[in-house]
Amino acid sequence: MSLSDPRRGPVAGARARELARRAGSLLLPLALSLGVTLLILMLVDAPPVESLRLLWRGSAGSPGKLADTFMAWVPLALAGAGLVVTFAAGLWNIGVEGQIVAGAIAAAWVARDVPGPAAVLIPLTMAAGIFGGALWGLVAALLKTRGGVNEIFGGLGLDFVASGAAIYLIMGPWKRQGVASTSGTDLFRPEAWLPTVGTTTLVPLAAALSVVAVVLVYLLMRGTMFGLRLKAVGRNVTSARLMGIPTDRYVLAAFAVCGALAGLAGAIQATGIHHKLIPSISGGFGFLGILVVLLAGFRAAWIAPIALFFAGVSIGSTQLQLRLNLNSALGGIIQGVLVLFVILAGGWQQRLRSRRQGEPGASSAEAEGG
Amino acid sequence: MEATLASIVAAATPLVYAAVGETIGELAGVINLSLEGTIMLSAMTGFAAAFVSGNVVVGYLAAAGVGMLLAAIVAFGSIRLRLNQIAIGFVLALLAVQLAYFFGTSYVRQPGPQVPALPIPLLDSIPFFGQVLFKQNLSVYGSYMAIVGAYVFVYKTRRGLILRGIGERPEAAFARGIPVNRLRYLYTIVGGALVGIAGAAFSLDVKLGWYEGLTRNFGWIALAIVIFGGWHPVRAAFGAYLFGALQTAATKLQPVLTGLSQILPLMPFVLMIFALVLVNLRVLRGVWDRHPALRRVLGGEPPAGLGVVFHPE
Repeated sequence: MSLSDPRRGPVAGARARELARRAGSLLLPLALSLGVTLLILMLVDAPPVESLRLLWRGSAGSPGKLADTFMAWVPLALAGAGLVVTFAAGLWNIGVEGQIVAGAIAAAWVARDVPGPAAVLIPLTMAAGIFGGALWGLVAALLKTRGGVNEIFGGLGLDFVASGAAIYLIMGPWKRQGVASTSGTDLFRPEAWLPTVGTTTLVPLAAALSVVAVVLVYLLMRGTMFGLRLKAVGRNVTSARLMGIPTDRYVLAAFAVCGALAGLAGAIQATGIHHKLIPSISGGFGFLGILVVLLAGFRAAWIAPIALFFAGVSIGSTQLQLRLNLNSALGGIIQGVLVLFVILAGGWQQRLRSRRQGEPGASSAEAEGG
Repeated sequence: MEATLASIVAAATPLVYAAVGETIGELAGVINLSLEGTIMLSAMTGFAAAFVSGNVVVGYLAAAGVGMLLAAIVAFGSIRLRLNQIAIGFVLALLAVQLAYFFGTSYVRQPGPQVPALPIPLLDSIPFFGQVLFKQNLSVYGSYMAIVGAYVFVYKTRRGLILRGIGERPEAAFARGIPVNRLRYLYTIVGGALVGIAGAAFSLDVKLGWYEGLTRNFGWIALAIVIFGGWHPVRAAFGAYLFGALQTAATKLQPVLTGLSQILPLMPFVLMIFALVLVNLRVLRGVWDRHPALRRVLGGEPPAGLGVVFHPE
């Protein structure tokens, strides 16, 4: 919450209660999620403590694992930061997956077809990713503002189109030398690969770009007229329009910003991790990014730490599959259960408080597209 | 021709269940966005239950139970806790898929029971329609019942009138002494049961078996079909059959358009979503307004209270 939070009372006791409430709204769901995770592990006869230790060791147990976790953090943080912007405008950008894919395709196009040394090629691939993602975001925005299509379904349709385009390119025009394969295109020229640290997967440039993106979104939402007006659009489109805000233009801008960041994530996935275009290039990080933002309560400052936790769980759970033969979907369950409990606990406390204060209308903000 | 149409009807059955179920919940004013996960988890649970018990009926019941449980969470979160329906549904959509994958590991690609074919005597000898509609199985016949039942209930009964009332104008309904939120629970959960049955119809009839990604994207498309159907159960079912026809066309085109064979299976999803664009285009909306008869067939407005929390205080 920002300083302008109207609920911030001057009384110290109220502030202490507020702090306790915040802690409770986080600790209780955390404990419940841990409980559910342990229960699930016991249900499938897996050793609970050993499993949790493997989850930790698999995500942070060695420099290599830490690098993997960090490289999963990059697309999550980028998508999450972008989604903070669209959510602020009250938009459900389900099309974020497609925007990652569009960025990856654009970057792959540059990496394949543009000659030149790394110093030229790498900035170009990143720019192409940003451009491709922003373009794809704008299509969803135009479908909404011009076509009257709810952004959830327009976005889903564009997700299908983007992954269809990726598969078409991989199996058709960009197929591997010899025989086409769903394992992806040929590797890009080494000049297009983002440089890594030592033998790990860590790409310092990708990490730096993500940090910059998260900070920029934080500043954008906190300290600029654009951010303020965007929030006004998100709170109430009609009154924002009456205030003279060109709401359609803000919707377009929000989608373009989110698409640009998602596209950058896609470009990094293609040139920094896989070094080729593969059908599942988004890795599901777009949808997972939506969970990150929901857990962060739509606040930019929380994106980085929550994305790191999610990245650790995702990377660590692959270790469970290798060592204990547990399906790595356990990672997704932990993430989903945590978000579910945090949302439910938040709603529960909101209800308790509004009942105490006897005000019926204190419902949570509706992030409807409208 | 008849054989093709019969296969379209059979293949579209799960989507008919899901679209009709979701339509009922949305008519009452609650969006259950969890369909992608609900169908996946109920497909896995339905298969597992039928596999263990050796009885497909147990599988369908278990799947319906999963659908009801997830719908109840959406209803509880949105009605009791007044949370954003989209948020809670989206989280459940992702979570349920992971639960299905995790607990379904040991059932992957196991041969299991399936719904037996059951032509209806006499009806199946009707020329054309007999071949298309009545040489199917109980799962398919059940979907006809769901369509007709939902239509009659929603438009021809007093309870159906009340159902539309709580979705359209909850305050007015409440003022007339109707327990709006209790009925919203009820219809969301009833709709959830049908969505769960859709999952079983995949794993025990249409696709036979369980593997990761068995019903991928079908939940999202069912949600789109509800909008395409203009919140009318019969039109929603028509949308499901249209989607089935597109899928069949894509399969038949695969050997012809070899260059596109990998992306053809995706095309129906794309086309269905962009059918929504057409239905929503402002130009066409003008046409609906001038020709009310066309509007009844093609246009459609969401219930006014859809997704809006109702406070009885």
